[in-house]
Amino acid sequence: MCLAIPFLIKSLEGQIAEVEIGGLRRKVSLVLTPEAKVGDYVLVHTGYAIGVLNEEEAAETLRLLEEIASSDDQ
Amino acid sequence: MKKHRRIILAHGSGGKLSHDLIKEVFLKHFANPTLNKLDDAAVVSLSSIAHRLLQGEEASDKVRFAFTTDSYVVSPLFFPGGDIGKLSVCGTVNDLSMMGAKPLFLSASFIIEEGFQISELERILSSMRKAAEEAKVTIIAGDTKVVDKGSADGMFISTTGVGFIPGGVEISGSNARPGDKVIVSGTIGDHGIAILSQREGLRFSIRLRSDCAPLNELVEDMLEASKEIHCLRDPTRGGIASALNEIATKSNVGIRIYEEAIPIHDAVRAACEMLGLDPFHLANEGKLVAIVGHSDAEKILEKMRGNRYGVDAAVIGEVVEEHKGRVVLKTIFGASRLLDMLVGDLLPRIC
Amino acid sequence: MKYIDEFRNPDLAKALVERIHRLSKKPIRLMEFCGGHTHAILRYGIRNLLPPTIEMLSGPGCPVCVTSNADLDKAIAFAEKEGIILATFGDMMKVPGSYKSLADAKAEGADVRIVYSTMDALEIAKRNKRKSVVFLGIGFETTAPTIAASMLDAAEEGIENFYVLAFLKLTPQVTRALLDLGEVKLDGIIGPGHVSTVIGSRAWESIPKDYHIPCVICGFEPLDILQGIEMLVAQTEGGEAKVEIAYRRSVRPEGNKRALDIMYRVFEICPANWRGIGVVPGSGLKIRDEYAIFDAEKAFAVDPGPTREHKGCICGEILRGVKTPLDCKLFRKVCDPENPIGPCMVSSEGACSAYYNWQATP
Repeated sequence: MCLAIPFLIKSLEGQIAEVEIGGLRRKVSLVLTPEAKVGDYVLVHTGYAIGVLNEEEAAETLRLLEEIASSDDQ
Repeated sequence: MKKHRRIILAHGSGGKLSHDLIKEVFLKHFANPTLNKLDDAAVVSLSSIAHRLLQGEEASDKVRFAFTTDSYVVSPLFFPGGDIGKLSVCGTVNDLSMMGAKPLFLSASFIIEEGFQISELERILSSMRKAAEEAKVTIIAGDTKVVDKGSADGMFISTTGVGFIPGGVEISGSNARPGDKVIVSGTIGDHGIAILSQREGLRFSIRLRSDCAPLNELVEDMLEASKEIHCLRDPTRGGIASALNEIATKSNVGIRIYEEAIPIHDAVRAACEMLGLDPFHLANEGKLVAIVGHSDAEKILEKMRGNRYGVDAAVIGEVVEEHKGRVVLKTIFGASRLLDMLVGDLLPRIC
Repeated sequence: MKYIDEFRNPDLAKALVERIHRLSKKPIRLMEFCGGHTHAILRYGIRNLLPPTIEMLSGPGCPVCVTSNADLDKAIAFAEKEGIILATFGDMMKVPGSYKSLADAKAEGADVRIVYSTMDALEIAKRNKRKSVVFLGIGFETTAPTIAASMLDAAEEGIENFYVLAFLKLTPQVTRALLDLGEVKLDGIIGPGHVSTVIGSRAWESIPKDYHIPCVICGFEPLDILQGIEMLVAQTEGGEAKVEIAYRRSVRPEGNKRALDIMYRVFEICPANWRGIGVVPGSGLKIRDEYAIFDAEKAFAVDPGPTREHKGCICGEILRGVKTPLDCKLFRKVCDPENPIGPCMVSSEGACSAYYNWQATP
C-alpha cells in the first residue's frame, strides 16, 4: 500500500522541488528528505518525498538478478 | 442589440433577446442555408443524398440511416486539446462513424448558466464550427435555454446526429467472431489524463493534450481497405476495457489483449502510476477499437497508419472462443488477469 | 521510467520464477502484509506464475479495509455537518459505513472533496475561510509523516480552519497482534516496502525473533516481489528466519529518521481499532496535545449513530487471513465491485476485489 513513485528532481526552491517522471511534472515537498538534491530520484507519496533512491543499490539489485538469470540458463 | 457580455436569464426566454442571441452569436458561427431559415424544424431531402451516396445501387430498401444523441457535461469546459464544443461535435460524429455511417447533420442544444461570458460562448461555438467543418457535417438545428446561476456548471451541450450507412456495411457490437483481430487506432488514456491534470487537487502539469478528434475519415479509409470490419467502438467513458467488454458480451465471445502491444504515452503511464489509475479505464475522445477479420488486419492497419488519427494504430489482441463475455489481459509476464468494465468512478488512490 | 521499467523486465522475472519453482519443495504459506502488494500481485498475474507449493494470503495492510465502521461513520458524520468540507483520499469514497458511504453522503449534499495530498486539503482551507476543512487521515507510517508535515505547515502559517480526523495505524504492532491470535500458520511475510522506507527494516526484527517467521521487505515492482518470494523460499527451505530487504534502493535498516521525527512531533502512540481484529494497544497514532487545535474530534461534536456491521460480511476474517473471499457467502452473489458490502471489495487492493478480478480467469 502507499502508492509512491520515483520522481527525478529537476530544480529546487527552498523545500519545494520541481520533479518529473515520463514528462509529467509536479511540485513536491522535501521537508521529509531535506538531504535530497537536484539530480536525485525521490520516492513521492501524496506530494511528499519520503525517501531518496540509492542508485548503487538499484544497480546492485539488477546485477544480482541478471546473475540469477544467466547462471540458471543451463 | 445592447452589447451584453454575459448570458442573462432573458436570453433563454424565447423573446427578442433570445432571437438576437441566435442571430448575432449562434448564426455568426453556424450559418448555413438550412439553419439560417430558423424554422421550427430543419427540412432536408434525404432521398437525393441517399441516391448520391449509394452511387448506382438500388435505392429505397438499402437506404439506412444512423441516428444518435449524446449530452456533454465535461468540466472544465476548456482543456488542453479542446473544449466542450469540440467534444460535442466529435463525440456525436464518432458515434455515427462507429456504425460505418457517413455523418451528415447535427443538431445542438445548449443549456447555459446565467452569467456565462458571451466571449467564452463564442470560443465554444467557433470550436464547434471548426470541428464540424473538419468532419464535413452541418449543424442544422439548435436550441438554447438559460438556467439560474448554479444550475448548470457553466454549460451543458446535447447533440444529435444523423448519418447515412452505405450498402454492404454491417458493423455492430454483436458481430465479433473468434479469430478476429482487435485493433486500437492509437495511444490510450490521453483525454482522461488531460482532463484530470486540470482538476482541483491533483496539480500536475503535463505536455499532454486531449485526443479529441472526428474519426469519420479514418473509418471511411478503413472501409475502403476492407469490408471485414465487424465492430467499431469509440472508447470514451470507461476506456477500452469497457468498450471491449461490451463487445464481448454482445457478441458472446472472449477477447484477449496483450499488455505489451498497447500504445500508451509515457506521460499517461506516469500519471497512472502516480494516481493509481488503470489506463484501460481512461476516456479517449479521438480513438477507436476495431474488431476485424484476421486476414484483412494488416491491410486495415496499414490504411489506418496513413491517416493522421491512426498513426499509432496497432493490433492489440484477438477474439477467442474461451471465457465468453469476458476480456482477459495477458500481462508483460505472460500471466493473465481479468479486465473488467469500469465500475463507478475513476478515483485516484494513495494506497 | 527510471526505477520502474528496469524492475519490470520480463526476462529477469522469468528467471526468478524458474528459480522459485526449482527451490520450492515444502508447501508454504506466505502473507503479503500490504494491500499494495496484493494489488501488484494481481496486476502482474504473479499468483499464476508461482508453483502450487506456495500459497499467498492477503494481510491487513490495507488502511481502507482496516478502518472500522465506527470510524468511517464518524467521518461521514463530519462530512454531513453544516459548514464542514471533508477532504479525503479517493480510496475511502465508496467504502460502505453502517448506513452509507462518503460517496452516498456527497450525493445527498455533503461537501466531500477528493484530494491527492494533505497539502491540497490545506489549500482548500485557505480558499474557504468561512468553512472548516476536516481532513480524513487514513494511512500507515508512509502517510502519517506527510500528514504531520502538513499540520506543522498549518501551524506555521496560522491556518485556523484546518482539522485532521486521525485514524492512522502502525504496522509492525498489528502484525504481532495477528500472529498472537495464532489463527493462521504463516511461513513467511512479505513486508511493506514504503512503510519500511520510513520506519526501517529494523522495525520488523521482532517478527523473526519472537515468532521464527522470515520477513522480507519488498518493493512494489514485479521483480521486487518475485525476488522477495525467492528469498522467503530460500529461508524457509533452509529453516532460517531473519529480516531481509528486497528493496535495497529504498529501504534502509534505520529508515528515514527525519520523517519519523516529524511524525512523532505531531502524533503519539495510542490504541487503535482494526476491523476484524479489534482494539490493538500501541498500534495507532493520535494528535498530541500541543497540536490539539487541529484535532477535529476536539473541535466538533458529531453523532454518527449506532454502529452496524453488515450481516454476512466476513471482511474481518479475511483480513486476519483466516478465510478467503471464496469462503464468503456474499462474494460475487451479493457483493461485487458495483455493490460492495464491505471494504475488501471496494479497495482496489482489498483481497475480495483481487479475487474477483483474477479468480474468474481461466
